[in-house]
Amino acid sequence: MKKLFLCLAALMMAGPALAAGGGDVVLKQKDWSFSGPFGSFDQAAMQRGLQAYVEVCSGCHSLDYVSFRNLADLGYNEAEIKAIAAQYEVEDGPNDDGDMFMRAALPADRFPAPYANQNAARAANNGAYPPDLSLIAKARANGPDYLYSLLTSYEEAPGDTEIPEGMYYNAAYSGHMIAMPQPLYGDDLTYADGAESSVEAISADLVAFLAWTAEPALEKRKRTGVAVVAFLLILSVMSFGAMRFIWADVKKSKV
Amino acid sequence: MSASKFSNPVVRWIDHRLPIFSFLEHEANEYPTPKNLNYFWNFGSLAGISLVIMIVTGITLAMSYTAHVDYAFESVERIMRDVNHGWLLRYIHMNGASFFFIVVFVHIFRGLYYGSYKAPRELLWMLGVVILLLMMATAFMGYVLPWGQMSFWGATVITNLFSAIPFVGESIVTWLWGGFSVDNPTLNRFFALHYLMPFLIVGVVILHLVALHRFGSNNPLGIDTRGPQDTLPFHPYYTIKDFFGLSVFLTFLAAAVFFFPNFLGHPDNYIPANPMQTPAHIVPEWYFLPFYAILRAVPDKLGGVLAMFGAIAILFVLPWLDRSPVRSARFRPMFKIFFWILVIDCIVLGYVGAKPAEGMYLLVGRVATVWYFIHFLAILPLLSVIETPRPLPQSISTPVFGGGVGLAGAAAAPKEKV
Repeated sequence: MKKLFLCLAALMMAGPALAAGGGDVVLKQKDWSFSGPFGSFDQAAMQRGLQAYVEVCSGCHSLDYVSFRNLADLGYNEAEIKAIAAQYEVEDGPNDDGDMFMRAALPADRFPAPYANQNAARAANNGAYPPDLSLIAKARANGPDYLYSLLTSYEEAPGDTEIPEGMYYNAAYSGHMIAMPQPLYGDDLTYADGAESSVEAISADLVAFLAWTAEPALEKRKRTGVAVVAFLLILSVMSFGAMRFIWADVKKSKV
Repeated sequence: MSASKFSNPVVRWIDHRLPIFSFLEHEANEYPTPKNLNYFWNFGSLAGISLVIMIVTGITLAMSYTAHVDYAFESVERIMRDVNHGWLLRYIHMNGASFFFIVVFVHIFRGLYYGSYKAPRELLWMLGVVILLLMMATAFMGYVLPWGQMSFWGATVITNLFSAIPFVGESIVTWLWGGFSVDNPTLNRFFALHYLMPFLIVGVVILHLVALHRFGSNNPLGIDTRGPQDTLPFHPYYTIKDFFGLSVFLTFLAAAVFFFPNFLGHPDNYIPANPMQTPAHIVPEWYFLPFYAILRAVPDKLGGVLAMFGAIAILFVLPWLDRSPVRSARFRPMFKIFFWILVIDCIVLGYVGAKPAEGMYLLVGRVATVWYFIHFLAILPLLSVIETPRPLPQSISTPVFGGGVGLAGAAAAPKEKV
């Protein structure tokens, strides 16, 4: 009967893995600081990732579920967060005259989106809609590796491939045709901390940042998990001992 | 009622007027349980505890959830980000559903292996099948609530199944949706029903327990208990064993919740529902995959729906399909082999259900579907006639293979009831 449990476990594992497989793409795999049961976020990389998002991605991609106050997780203090927020303008209102007005963003505000709505976004991008990036690392199979591969796999199309107008060749994208133009060429920005700014380095920083936006509680979750699982293991051992103790007379009388 | 068995005067006062303490004493403390239950008998109590975990996390999640197409996805993200420990509640609820099904599947296959569905426990078994059906409906509607891509398209595919009903199918689907497509009215009613149905499950679970306590648990030998020498009081022997089982179960659940919370989910459900864009592959949650495979194995839509529901309906009549008087597979050499083939068959169905319905997968799915029904409709009735069971032991407390005694007593196997 043990087999039964193993088989069910195998079934569980097979299901989603099979469902998610894209097929024609091999992803580059990287050892991320946040993977594994003891993983944690790399604050410096996330700060660089934020800078890259602001300077490169945010022209087209929104970050709807992230508020400026959340940036405390990246190691910024209150004054720094206020300063970052103040660089943005958000619409507020209505005021006492009934009019909407623009004001500087506050820590409680979310990152303003680059387009007023999805139609405006499509109109500005050849009909393609640049998806919101808040959850992108969870909304794709093997999200972090996928994003890293996508950002670093813009290549010259093989000779016999026809690339339609407004499409680009990307080896990591299913079907290899993507509507997003190559966003990174290397040295696209100068990092505040002077770190390397090759395509690979910026991509890795963006992944670190987007893994956090997708699940800000990840680090807390894993830390809590280590304690909870350790507690439950001890509880299992102790309750096993208690069970053996209580059953001792029954087992003895049997023999 | 011997009210005097309680020394505490308050308890005695209450029990004299409302005998709840006598009831608990009788059903939990004295309740005689076969002494030879193995770990597979832990899964019943685990299923009950899973239900409680789901209800508690579900009610707390409902406090921060908004059942509206424009806010549902965002409210779930607020739970994940802004509600204190909301991420924990949601991940427990999400993974708890999968673990609930794992536990219940093991519980069901345990019943199949040890013949727990046979007389006098037919109604106990059938109530269990009702619980399974209610669980499936609840899980399906729960998966719709986050209003991600898989939520929306899963709801569309499954509700559309009812359009296969001749003549009135289309009207029924419109009625289920509350409109002409899966939309806000659908989400609202699914939330209402998703909140209601767990309490229906609680009701049926109580009936399940009443039926269980009528004759007590079956056991790995599948023979009736013959007296106090075969049984133990439920408390403390099985309370501690269930507690140990629970600790191990919670360890696995916690490992999933804290380290692989999205492993059993589908990434597409982190994309907000978009009625204009169909995902490349619409796959249900893993626990529905075997049924999904049966649905797609039949080339006709109505036929597929009937086969899928038939796969569960057939369990209702199982006690009358398997006529063998011997319960436990331990004493049924042929049944045992076919049991394991059925297990493999169900796993194959689950595997095929996750694959696109084409080519080899479709063929394998069809063979596995046919085999599933052959097992219940042909093999079990046939085995009841042609199989020679091995001799049964005289009682649970008698050494299992009592040599000549066992042979003499049980050569004609069917002697179950003394």
